Amino acid sequence: MHQFLQQIFSGLAAGAVYASLALALVMIYRATDLVNFAQGEMAMFSTYIAWTLVNAGLPFWAAFVITLAVSFVGGMLIERIVIRPVESTSILTAVVVTIGLLLIFNATAGWIYSYTLQEFPSPFPDRTLFGALMTTRDVGVIAVTLVMLAALFCFFRFTATGLAMRAAAQNPESARLSGIRVGRMLALGWGFAAAIGAVAGIMVAPVLFLDPNMMGGVLLYAFTGALLGGITSPVGAVIGGLIVGVTENLVGTYLIASQLKLTVALILIILVLVLKPNGLFGTAVVRRV
Amino acid sequence: MAAILELRAVKAFYGQSEVLHGIDLVVEEGGMTVLLGANGAGKTTTLRAICGMVRSEGEILFRGHRLERCTTEQIAGFGVAHVPEGRGTFIGLTVEENLRIGGYTAGRPNEKMQLMYGYFPILAQRRRQQAGALSGGEQQMLAIARALMMSPRLLVLDEPSFGLAPRVVEAIFGIVERIKREQRVSVLLVEQNASLALEMADRAYLLETGYVVTSGSAKALADDPQIRRSYLGY
Repeated sequence: MHQFLQQIFSGLAAGAVYASLALALVMIYRATDLVNFAQGEMAMFSTYIAWTLVNAGLPFWAAFVITLAVSFVGGMLIERIVIRPVESTSILTAVVVTIGLLLIFNATAGWIYSYTLQEFPSPFPDRTLFGALMTTRDVGVIAVTLVMLAALFCFFRFTATGLAMRAAAQNPESARLSGIRVGRMLALGWGFAAAIGAVAGIMVAPVLFLDPNMMGGVLLYAFTGALLGGITSPVGAVIGGLIVGVTENLVGTYLIASQLKLTVALILIILVLVLKPNGLFGTAVVRRV
Repeated sequence: MAAILELRAVKAFYGQSEVLHGIDLVVEEGGMTVLLGANGAGKTTTLRAICGMVRSEGEILFRGHRLERCTTEQIAGFGVAHVPEGRGTFIGLTVEENLRIGGYTAGRPNEKMQLMYGYFPILAQRRRQQAGALSGGEQQMLAIARALMMSPRLLVLDEPSFGLAPRVVEAIFGIVERIKREQRVSVLLVEQNASLALEMADRAYLLETGYVVTSGSAKALADDPQIRRSYLGY
C-alpha cells in the first residue's frame, strides 16, 4: 500500500509536467486548429537557455523567470515569422512546418550544446516527506505547476486581454468585427504556450537529464493527455496529463518493464480515439438546436 | 442631411470573380438605410465589403476614413458595428463575457452593460449563462447588444429577423428603433421582411445580381408597383 501511494504521488509529479505541455498544445490547437509538434523541442530549447543562465552563475529562480520571458517572446516571434505566412494555406502545410521546427530546434540544440547528457540542477532540496511517501522534489514540481495554472486561470478569466484571446480563438471573424486584433492574440497564444512549455522542460530536466531529445517522450505523454482531455479543453488537458502520469507510473511499476512505458501512451491514444474521440471534456459547449 | 457612410462605384470580389459591379449607396447621419433583394443579389457581400471582409475596389467613405483600405479591426475601431449573418455569437462564453468583448476597444464596459441590460432585460437575467444556450431571439438581442457595446456610429445588421417568430422580430425591431433614436446611431440593414424594413427605414436600395436596380426613399420604394408585386406580395 505504501509503495502504491508513493507511485501515485510520483505519477502526479510526472503528470504535472505532461499537463503543462498538454495545456500548451491545447492553447495552440484551440487558437489555430493546429497541433504544434515542435512544442516539446521548443521546451527543450528553453530549458537549455535556463541551463546556460544557471551555469553563468545566476540564481535558479532568476534564470527561471528570464527563461520564461525569453520563451514568451520567442514563441511570439515563431508565430509571426514562421506560422503566420502558412496560416491561411492548408492545415497539412502548417503541420509540416511545425515538424520542420521540431527538427530545426533539435538540430540547433545538438549543434550548440552537443548531444551529451547534462545534469540540470533541481531548485528543490532532495528530502522525503511523510515517512518516505513523497519527495520534496515531487511536491515542488506539483506546487510550481499549480501556481502556474492558477495564474493562467486568473489571466484568462479576469482580464480583458484574456477574454479577447478566448474570443479570438473561438470565433476569429466575430472577434475582428468587435475590434479585437486577432493576429496579435494568436501571437500572444504562442508566447504563452512557449512559456508554459519552458516551465515543463525546466521541471522535468533534473529527472530526465538535459539533452536535445529529452522532450520526445514527454511530448508523446502530453499529447496523450491532451487527447484524453478532449484536445479542445484546457481543463481536460490538465486532468488528462495527470491521469497519464499516474497511469504510466503504475503500469511501469506493476505490469510491464519500464522500457515499455511509452507503449502505454500509444495504447491510450488508440483507446481514446476508438472509444471516445471527443475525450473526457471535449464537448463542453452547450448548444440549443 | 450629411452622409455618414457613402459607397461610390464599389466592386467586390470573391477570389477572382466580381460579385458587386459598382454599387453607389448612402446612409445618412442618424438615418436607416435598407438593402432589399433576392438571395445572391449581393446584400451580404455589400456589408462584408464595408467591413473589410472581402476584397473591394471603389470608394467606401465613413467619417473621413477610406474603409476599402482598412482592416476589419480598424473599421470596427472607427465605429462600425457589424452584426453578421448567423449573429456571430461567442457560444462558449457567457452572456456577460460576450458583452465585454463588444466593449473591448471602446472602454467603459460596466456602464454600457447596464445600459444594455436596460434595453434587453432578458439578457440581465441570463448574464451568467453560456450564450449558446439562449434561444434564437435572445441570441439576436445579445448580438445587437454586443455590437452596441462598441459605442458605434453605424450599426450594420444582416438579416436580424432570420429564423425568428414574427412576434420576436417585431419586439427586436422596436428596440432597434428606440436605440437608433436614443443613442443617435445610424443603421444599415439587410432584411428579407421587406414590408417591415420599408416601414422603418428612410432610404432603400434594391439589389439584383450585384447591381443597384432601384433606389430612393423607403416610401417611394414601398409605393413602387413592381417592388410591391415582387417583394411585398400585394
